[in-house]
Amino acid sequence: MRRHLAAAIGCASIATAALAWAEPPAGAAACSGCHAASPRVATSVPRLAGRDRADIVTAMQEFRSGTRAATVMDRIARGFTDQEILAIAAWYASQR
Amino acid sequence: MKAGRREFLKSALGVAAATVLRPVPAAAQGAAPRVVVVGGGFAGASCARALRTADPRIAVTLVEANATFTACPLSNAVIGGLRELSAQQFTYERLAADGVALARTTATAVDAPARSVTLADGARLPYDRLVLAPGIDIRWGALPGYDEAAAGHMPHAWHAGEQTVLLRRQLEAMPDGGLVVIAAPANPFRCPPGPYERASLIAHYLKTRKPRSKLLVLDAKDAFSKQRLFLSAWSELYPGLLEWVPLSKGGNVTSVEPATRTLVTDFGRHQAAVANVIPPQKAGRIAEAAGVADRSGWCPIDPVTFESRLQARVHVIGDAAIAGAMPKSAFAANAQAKTCAAAVARLLTGATPSAPKLINTCYSLVAPDYGISVAGVYQPSGGQLAEVPGAGGVSPPGAPRATRAAEAALAESWFRTITAEVFG
Repeated sequence: MRRHLAAAIGCASIATAALAWAEPPAGAAACSGCHAASPRVATSVPRLAGRDRADIVTAMQEFRSGTRAATVMDRIARGFTDQEILAIAAWYASQR
Repeated sequence: MKAGRREFLKSALGVAAATVLRPVPAAAQGAAPRVVVVGGGFAGASCARALRTADPRIAVTLVEANATFTACPLSNAVIGGLRELSAQQFTYERLAADGVALARTTATAVDAPARSVTLADGARLPYDRLVLAPGIDIRWGALPGYDEAAAGHMPHAWHAGEQTVLLRRQLEAMPDGGLVVIAAPANPFRCPPGPYERASLIAHYLKTRKPRSKLLVLDAKDAFSKQRLFLSAWSELYPGLLEWVPLSKGGNVTSVEPATRTLVTDFGRHQAAVANVIPPQKAGRIAEAAGVADRSGWCPIDPVTFESRLQARVHVIGDAAIAGAMPKSAFAANAQAKTCAAAVARLLTGATPSAPKLINTCYSLVAPDYGISVAGVYQPSGGQLAEVPGAGGVSPPGAPRATRAAEAALAESWFRTITAEVFG
């Protein structure tokens, strides 16, 4: 009984750890609708994977305040808080 | 590879027979959790793939009858002679390579208490979680006179493929000076700006090839997506050629007579040389069979997990879902699919899904070099997906043509990007 429980907890924590490592933070998964995950896609829209964290944060803040020229990113950036932007930027910076 | 897939499916079906009476959560047994996804469009194919990425231990089966997917976004450019249908078509080979088992058949029923999907040949596919992504079905007969046979005379072209080509051929065969009529439906329907992008690109075709012709849009509504931008672009690009008739001016089509391509409104009859009837719609057929569609014909869902409000362990994504403020678009379907996959992966391990944030961006072409967009950011609020206040909106009115040209190019970039993520 105790052994079963221990095994179950072990499984659960491994599973949670595995998911936590891969799972994008709120909002991040939707970006790849326009920002290609694959470098092989012909597009002028920059890839986010592997990009410098601070660059993403700065871009989002400038889109949000309207100081950076945009077509659609100004409208999207206004939907995100500083905290969300930091989390998304960190996640993309960690991707390859 | 092919044999491997068949083997997997065979063993999955074998398990179905064994466990159909008393299902035990696979995760609890230490076996691979099983997720069945029904429908291989932008929602279903995205979700199947995202599930494999979220947790490679999940055994994912995609039930889809067609070997080739034909995408709706940009199919209005096919109708307008600017693009070929082959540019809209994709296969499922890369999904299979990612370990998604493909069941090339139709799902006919869902036994939610027993957690199994019945396939066309009677076989049962067991699941721990089911994701339904059936897209839309036409409500045949909801518009009097418009049945399946009528679609051969007055194509809807609201499923891309043969219908798209039929409408294009009819426009090509029409003599210069003909009347083209588009009937646009009441809300909700797939792709809210779609009828107006289509009107634009048909108008572009007529202007360049058959300039004495006229295009009439008969609308069951008084307002539509990106309305101000469309109306201003139409008066600039297609003056005297394209006329929009709203509900309040007699635009509501009350019946059609397919043999003569006649559209009847409360105010008169319009006999068209080419008639495109975009009819009332509902969630794809399996939604009703599974008991996840409500009286509206669409599927109420939880905004965090996309789990059905009507059936436990069944999730609904894409056009079939009632996703609050989110429109029925391919971008939204793809974003919902990834959110749903993350939630399902967590639920299968007993973890709690976290509150998501979703985005939609939709481009419409008013001309080949004239694009406009609408965007929105969404989060769960009051049990629905609501727009984040202050965010989103449409392209600026009065923007220079360079901006419109940039958005036209972005529309094509978006299509290449999203189809690469889903099918490439």
